[in-house]
Amino acid sequence: MLTRYTAALAAVLFVSAAPFAQAADKPTDPQIAHIAYTAGVLDIEAAKQAIKTSKNKEVVAFAKDMERDHEAVNKQALDLVKKLKVKPEDNATSQALSKAAEEERAKLAKLKGAAFDKAYIENEVAYHKQVNGALETLLIPSASNAELKSLLETGLKIFQGHEQHAEHVAGMLK
Amino acid sequence: MKAGALIRLSWLAALALMAAPAAAATIEVTIDKLVFSPATVEAKVGDTIEWVNNDVVAHTATVKGGWDVMIPPKKSASLTLKAAGAVDYFCRFHPNMRGHLDVSP
Repeated sequence: MLTRYTAALAAVLFVSAAPFAQAADKPTDPQIAHIAYTAGVLDIEAAKQAIKTSKNKEVVAFAKDMERDHEAVNKQALDLVKKLKVKPEDNATSQALSKAAEEERAKLAKLKGAAFDKAYIENEVAYHKQVNGALETLLIPSASNAELKSLLETGLKIFQGHEQHAEHVAGMLK
Repeated sequence: MKAGALIRLSWLAALALMAAPAAAATIEVTIDKLVFSPATVEAKVGDTIEWVNNDVVAHTATVKGGWDVMIPPKKSASLTLKAAGAVDYFCRFHPNMRGHLDVSP
């Protein structure tokens, strides 16, 4: 009984921490840059899907805000890695994030109307929560370059804003 | 007669000038890394708040049920205060950004 409970708990913990579990070892700056950039690209792709699919004014406006902000932040990230002559390095965390996003996109592609809106916004809340948690506990503390760290810190504030914004839109859809 | 009308007109113009708010000021609030600075501003009706956005993302200064000022990235935007009172404002895109205005008559 206890074993089953522990196993279930472990499974839950594993799922919620999923894409970042592999990064338990301290990621390097080139890996951190790749993870942060990838997380942004994935949210831009999700936004594009929502802009195309949703008929809800608030949801489309939110998606456009996501597209615009993440593009701006990713442009900053590209400028910085160029300046620092860092080559972003693909890694297990980036791959796990991309795979999870691909599955989510396929799931959303089957939905329409209010069901799509609800699923998209709920995923946006969960996704920002997950990425913000990783930034706070793993990526920012692991970053060794001061400028990269500072960009991640500003990014975290922006994405915490997105999390609150998404929660607000989710509240309106109920 | 003509001269009298002219004098009266210039009188009116002088009155109009005097009636204008004596010291309408422009108060600058900078935005850096999602922080409104200063976070609290004391102003008078007729003053203008100018938000200077140093961030790479767009922000807004929004009052729930009231005004909404769009502040594009690396640009500034302003608003002339029309009503007295204390107002809390925030950014619609990043609700974790908050500011406060105390507007006296």
